[in-house]
Amino acid sequence: MASDGSGVVTVYGNNGAALLEPSKQPKSATFSVKVGLAQMLRGGVIMDVVTPEQARIAEEAGACAVMALERVPADIRSQGGVARMSDPGLIRDIKRAVTIPVMAKARIGHFVEAQILEAVGVDYVDESEVLTPADDAHHINKHNFRVPFVCGCRDLGEALRRVREGAAMIRTKGEAGTGNIVEAVRHVRSVMGDVRALRNMDDDEVFAYAKRIAAPYDLVMQTKQLGRLPVVQFAAGGVATPADAALMMQLGCDGVFVGSGIFKSGDPARRARAIVQAVTHYSDPTILADVSAGLGEAMVGINLNDPKVERYAARSE
Amino acid sequence: MAVVGVLALQGSYNEHMAALRRIGVRGVEVRKPEQLLGVDSLIIPGGESTTMAKLANYHNLFPALREFVGGGKPVWGTCAGLIFLANKAVGQKTGGQELVGGLDCTVHRNFFGSQLQSFETELSVPKLSEKEGGNNTCRGVFIRAPAILEVGPDVEILADCPVPADRPSITISFGEGTEEEVYSKDRVIVAVRQGNILATAFHPELTSDSRWHRFFLDMDKESQAKAFSALSISSSSRDTENLPKNKPLDLPIFE
Repeated sequence: MASDGSGVVTVYGNNGAALLEPSKQPKSATFSVKVGLAQMLRGGVIMDVVTPEQARIAEEAGACAVMALERVPADIRSQGGVARMSDPGLIRDIKRAVTIPVMAKARIGHFVEAQILEAVGVDYVDESEVLTPADDAHHINKHNFRVPFVCGCRDLGEALRRVREGAAMIRTKGEAGTGNIVEAVRHVRSVMGDVRALRNMDDDEVFAYAKRIAAPYDLVMQTKQLGRLPVVQFAAGGVATPADAALMMQLGCDGVFVGSGIFKSGDPARRARAIVQAVTHYSDPTILADVSAGLGEAMVGINLNDPKVERYAARSE
Repeated sequence: MAVVGVLALQGSYNEHMAALRRIGVRGVEVRKPEQLLGVDSLIIPGGESTTMAKLANYHNLFPALREFVGGGKPVWGTCAGLIFLANKAVGQKTGGQELVGGLDCTVHRNFFGSQLQSFETELSVPKLSEKEGGNNTCRGVFIRAPAILEVGPDVEILADCPVPADRPSITISFGEGTEEEVYSKDRVIVAVRQGNILATAFHPELTSDSRWHRFFLDMDKESQAKAFSALSISSSSRDTENLPKNKPLDLPIFE
């Protein structure tokens, strides 16, 4: 928990006096170190796994990290009930099985689950709408943690609210456990389209725009200047094929989360490897054609026009 | 003008490209063996070394990379790139991983522990500042970083750093359970040079300090001056990859 001994919460982009007086003391859990790991994950695939064996398969396929879960989103959907943080024992077993970073999910607003995950020593916490939210009004104050967080978003305002709360990485939500890419495309296009519109906006209009999207003005302005989100942005929720993954990359994402898409398919090892290659060679249709061939059965998708399908993405703002 | 290749399989290759742009150097992304022919030097970025090794394997990059390093062209590995270049790595995943090799040293893959032990610090770098100016420290960002346990006689040490007190103690097993020892020194090597191979355990590409990139480019110039009489500089068969229209822009540098 709260970190640098100064008794002050580390605020994004402001490490206080350290900037003025470079100290020789190593600093851990600075925002740069938190974003740093996300930057090392760029161009990679993060895979949901539920056992150490699956984690090994993911590592062998070339996943850049694994998400340790008790149930993949597709099973959470079909079994229903309240979905919670995974058993820390399972997370430890998965951590022991692989050398790549291990992430785990905490419920939205459940800062004690996040404390437990930090104590277990996970490399990243996903404050995830796929689990049943614990707080319907507040997210975790992620500045209070040494472990970095990734959070979901559907549009630019939501992304920047999460960054202000301390998220060091953003993923578009999509619709987890459906094997249907349509929502992921909608959310990525929404963020990218908002950023493009923002870039062309007059500086004087940014104040009102920040108010309209309910995001902090300084982060909106930084996004305008950069022409992109100020943190690493992955895609998630519905990626089931190498083509889906490459689509996310061509739309401008930095990498891809694949949840149920791999271990709910006919040949997980092969599909995992194909998706990893598709993310690296996302703009090379010849390679995409090669790796997409003969992968066997993809996961069964869910038609999102059915009103009975619960929308996880709408669980938080 | 020299063309710098950046191995773009996975990891912080965008950051290296941005760092090269900041000092006015042309970088090209390298994903296939034939693309190595068009570049004069190569940066192997940070990332997940197992992932990068898998991807290099899928597209048969290892022979071409070994040839590139063996041919004496300048190569710089940061973090995962350091592991790639090392002759020997310990602390790897079950079954190990393929390495390019060429740098006479032993690397521990995850010496500094997991993300909670990741840190940044001011490193003392007299040899860098002697050559590239500036003050004699640089900002070192260590992300789940490796470290160099031992170096051969031809390897020049450019920086070391104190072993953090909260780091979990590490037992190093050499080979098939022959001997095990605990790393007991209080400092560990984090930057080295051997001829045209440069390696850093930290990430200069995540900082605004471009001296390491300039240092690397100067290595290239030195070797080019030597080779100049023998070879006309190839007007390169690099493919001008047209960038996808929504290519993400650079991330900010976090101070």
